[in-house]
Amino acid sequence: MIKKVVASVQEAVQDIFDGSTIMVGGFGGSGLPEALICALRDHGARNLTIVANNVGGVQYGVGILIANRQVRKVICSFPIGRRQAKLQDTFWEQYRAGALEVELVPQGTLAERIRAGGAGIAAFYTPTGAGTGAAQAREVRSFGGRECLLELALKADFALVKAHKADRMGNLVYRKAMRNFNIMMATAANVTIAEVYEVVEAGTLGAELITTPGIYVDRVVEVKVERRWQG
Amino acid sequence: MQATESVADSRLTERQIAWKVARVLEEGWYVNLGIGIPLHIVNYIPDDREVILHSENGILGMGTRPPVGEEDPDLVNAGKEPVTLRPGGCFFSQADSFAMVRGGHIDVAVMGALQVSERGDLANWMIPGHELGNIGGAMDLAAGARQVWVAMEHCTKDGKPKILKHCTYPLTAPDCVKMIFTDIAVIQITDAAPLLLETAPGWNPQDVQKLTEPKLLFTKPVKVMDLTGAPANK
Repeated sequence: MIKKVVASVQEAVQDIFDGSTIMVGGFGGSGLPEALICALRDHGARNLTIVANNVGGVQYGVGILIANRQVRKVICSFPIGRRQAKLQDTFWEQYRAGALEVELVPQGTLAERIRAGGAGIAAFYTPTGAGTGAAQAREVRSFGGRECLLELALKADFALVKAHKADRMGNLVYRKAMRNFNIMMATAANVTIAEVYEVVEAGTLGAELITTPGIYVDRVVEVKVERRWQG
Repeated sequence: MQATESVADSRLTERQIAWKVARVLEEGWYVNLGIGIPLHIVNYIPDDREVILHSENGILGMGTRPPVGEEDPDLVNAGKEPVTLRPGGCFFSQADSFAMVRGGHIDVAVMGALQVSERGDLANWMIPGHELGNIGGAMDLAAGARQVWVAMEHCTKDGKPKILKHCTYPLTAPDCVKMIFTDIAVIQITDAAPLLLETAPGWNPQDVQKLTEPKLLFTKPVKVMDLTGAPANK
């Protein structure tokens, strides 16, 4: 019998290796796999390349891993905001020392590069960034008189995603705006690990409502947390 | 606005700029709001007008901030602040969200700006000398929305024009801005030159021109903004 549910977040991340490329879902705290990130901090894998929309702070998000000096490179659209005061010092110290590399990607291009990675599309042309500094490092080609940039697909060794509910087959449903990057990231990694609020019986999610089919998901871990706004 | 009030006092507040933009969004439009001044627009759309707000993180039908205690960490806007969903709203992935943007389905994207050039080039993601900028969704929105509007202060904190002949900061996208709403003026980018449509009360077109680098075209007569019903100054 297929059973993708694992007992703990520690077990879920135990085979993440040094030098892995890891996609981390979420937009701010919405749809962020917080428990998996903390488990990865405790696990201690280093030299990681992280693909995530934003870095977050020292209390949540990828910032936890940066503060713990586990990250070599971040591929993101929004590296560090003014609100992340506590992360600033260590972020800039590592960045200036060359220990932390940042690849800045427009958010829509980031989403599409991940989608392409999961869908077996090697690269695509997009108008985003044409006529800006971003065009200098990329192949430029015109379609119908409009300049476009060639962007390459992104794939990862692991994806850490968050969903509302899962079943033992790995099917996922989301709540409100949690879908964000989770849907594409689940498709673009060798091993996709889903943190969910609740695991339910197979057959009860509602087949028409399943948003991430279980084919994309390797492990599911239930983390019961109180959903409370933390300002 | 009283005649005795000094010019410095008669600039619109950020919320008044947002109110001004909200009044001209049309029924049935799909509109993306960027972080900064544009995010205030959600509060000022008239009750009897259905404007569907798009949030880059996968929301159509975004509503106002919920009352204290009803915030939901799974429901946030582009600024990661809590919001609500209006009846008929829906959720989708970031890939779908930006397919809507690049695919030309968003009628207007309203963004903040650091600089706008006379031909509508937009710079709003990085200040030279800073080591890293934050792009977010700005480049995709500037390249993909059917119209790009800017809502910003007319000048920098030290009083320098932000509407320039040429942007000196790294571009977000060339030739994309159609309308500029500032604390002292409403300006339309045209093929000929920026066209001054309205001034804030207490400002005449020459005052606005002094704080704007390229030569402005003036409509005759330039309208003075009607701020009846606008949010209070403070």
